[in-house]
Amino acid sequence: MRIVFKTDYMQDIRPWKDGYQLSLYLILLAFMIAAPYLVDDFYLGEITNVLVWAIAGLGLMVLTGHTGQASLGHAAFLALGCYANIILLEAGMPFMVAFPLAGLITGAVGVLIAIPALRMHGIYLAIATMAMSILTDDIIVLTEPWTGGVVGKFAPPVNVFGVMIDRWGTPKEFYWLILGVTVLITLGYINLLRAPLGRSFIAVRDSEVSAQAMGIDVARTKAISFGISCAITGLGGALMGLYATTFNNETFSVVISIQLLMMIVIGGLGSIHGAFFGAIVIGFLPQFLSISKEYVGAVFGGGTVAIPGLEFGVFGLILIVFILFEPMGIYGRWLKIRTWFELFPFYRKNMFKRKKSYLKTERVR
Amino acid sequence: MSLLDFQNVTLKFGGLVAVNDLSFSVEEGEVFAIVGPNGAGKSTVFNLISRFYDPYAGSIQFDGHDLLRSKASGVATFGVARTFQNIELFDHATVLQNLLVGRHRHRSTNLLSELFFTPSVRKQEIQNRHMVEEVIDFLDLQPYRDSLIAGLPYGVRKVVELGRALATGPKLLLLDEPASGLSVEETTDMRWWIDDIRRQMGITVLMVEHDMGLVSSVSDRVLAMADGARLALGTPKEVQSDPAVIEAYLGHVA
Ligand SMILES: Nc1ncnc2c1ncn2[C@@H]1O[C@H](COP(=O)(O)OP(=O)(O)O)[C@@H](O)[C@H]1O
Ligand SMILES: [Mg+2]
Repeated sequence: MRIVFKTDYMQDIRPWKDGYQLSLYLILLAFMIAAPYLVDDFYLGEITNVLVWAIAGLGLMVLTGHTGQASLGHAAFLALGCYANIILLEAGMPFMVAFPLAGLITGAVGVLIAIPALRMHGIYLAIATMAMSILTDDIIVLTEPWTGGVVGKFAPPVNVFGVMIDRWGTPKEFYWLILGVTVLITLGYINLLRAPLGRSFIAVRDSEVSAQAMGIDVARTKAISFGISCAITGLGGALMGLYATTFNNETFSVVISIQLLMMIVIGGLGSIHGAFFGAIVIGFLPQFLSISKEYVGAVFGGGTVAIPGLEFGVFGLILIVFILFEPMGIYGRWLKIRTWFELFPFYRKNMFKRKKSYLKTERVR
Repeated sequence: MSLLDFQNVTLKFGGLVAVNDLSFSVEEGEVFAIVGPNGAGKSTVFNLISRFYDPYAGSIQFDGHDLLRSKASGVATFGVARTFQNIELFDHATVLQNLLVGRHRHRSTNLLSELFFTPSVRKQEIQNRHMVEEVIDFLDLQPYRDSLIAGLPYGVRKVVELGRALATGPKLLLLDEPASGLSVEETTDMRWWIDDIRRQMGITVLMVEHDMGLVSSVSDRVLAMADGARLALGTPKEVQSDPAVIEAYLGHVA
């Protein structure tokens, strides 16, 4: 059993509980930095993919997990970030400027869209954002002179501190670039959550009426959350474009929006960990399925026919299982296991039991 | 001038007149109670002060501010804090986080400084934490500091909600049925707290309460309402012996 004694406010204000937890994260970071020397280029590419998805997931997590506003339209912001980045690069802007600018543009557009969209609640907001995601395809085709329409675009190698980086030519450097961005975004996210703004997101998520009574401007807070969410998603989109190296109007379809939302639900809404856990599932599910398909084929002699939509179907199934049995997602399960070890042998079964809750904010108004 | 001036306010929900040309004022430093049968419009009075509804007519002044010109989120910044009849906490956050949200109106940092958690944010957070710890000590919430609201017993949540309102550092505290659903001991605690809030912290209290024992022991003045209008106003004793009040509670005596 591990007990953390608290003697100073800073122990709650700084992001780690104690030296033990800090060292665990530092070890994890060390492993992540060393990954290019530990795994081959194929798996390094897979890990890179997971990190890119994690960034996109962090973006949606701000809005959905922490502010309680569902969006089925975030693929549109992935697309916006991706195209903005490439168009700025093609205009001759250096990557170190184009990339953050792509995030800022996406965030600004997000705020503009948020102002009308966030008058809607719950399912209506989800439907409206989904419609936006469906429209994205057409908009990309219509703005063909900039976006390349159905032909699409190529991601050029990018210059980071004088090093030319591209996904196939320099997979190690590309991985470090993505890892660096992931770490920076995660640190910013952690900072927000321990500051007033992050708490006001949580307040708006859990009870709009009492958030207002505490002096929080709900509409403004939602718009800021939408902006931050879209900015991070835009950065994720820009990196997704570099990772895919080629993309067109169909790359960021509404299916990606749905997948992103499913991902953070499975990972665990309302936690930074959740975005990463979800991304790991998304990233490794295709691998896992193709291996198990081969295995099933070998056992039953059925051959390895491709089953259309299998991946998405299995993903949906996992989602349903989680919603039924572990609404707090993988992160919730992880917390329980960790608490079990920390409190051993004092863990009680009903420790994480929660009262049934419903969408409170829709009640008083 | 009174701290809170509620003048000739009328509010209709469709055909229902929930508050009917109601006037009262709360003086600085007093405990003012509103009593009345269910559906009398007591919580609606609170919601009007909180600016959740726009009145049909009338004016509401607080500490020199015209509340009707303010947004709902502006009311707290003038120094009005409240609790809700059906506890409205941030259920998936800890007690500490809930209380810290109470400090929101004192926020002086912005998105950028918070993103980098600059020294000024750190300083503000330590200050916030300090204020919140005082509330935790006052209400004996130490054992629950890191517990999620969703798992807490009803009585504790009621206290956390009071704590969150106190953490805002208010001038006026609105308590909507602070003792409803509490045990006898918990109600006694609540009585002492309300007394201390007024005497030690110098906070003016406006409360809605059914427990007449609590009302007469802590309040200076009582407003009795029925059907959105004033029945009687005076000391607890005066109001309890007012014929109109007795009639409203006991029905018509033939
Ligand atoms: N948001 C609303 N919409 C319609 N009617 C309401 C609303 N809020 C309260 N009412 C009605 O107004 C009347 C006063 O309610 P309320 O102020 O909650 O009474 P109480 O004195 O018990 O707190 C009741 O008849 C109630 O049904
Ligand atoms: Mg009421």
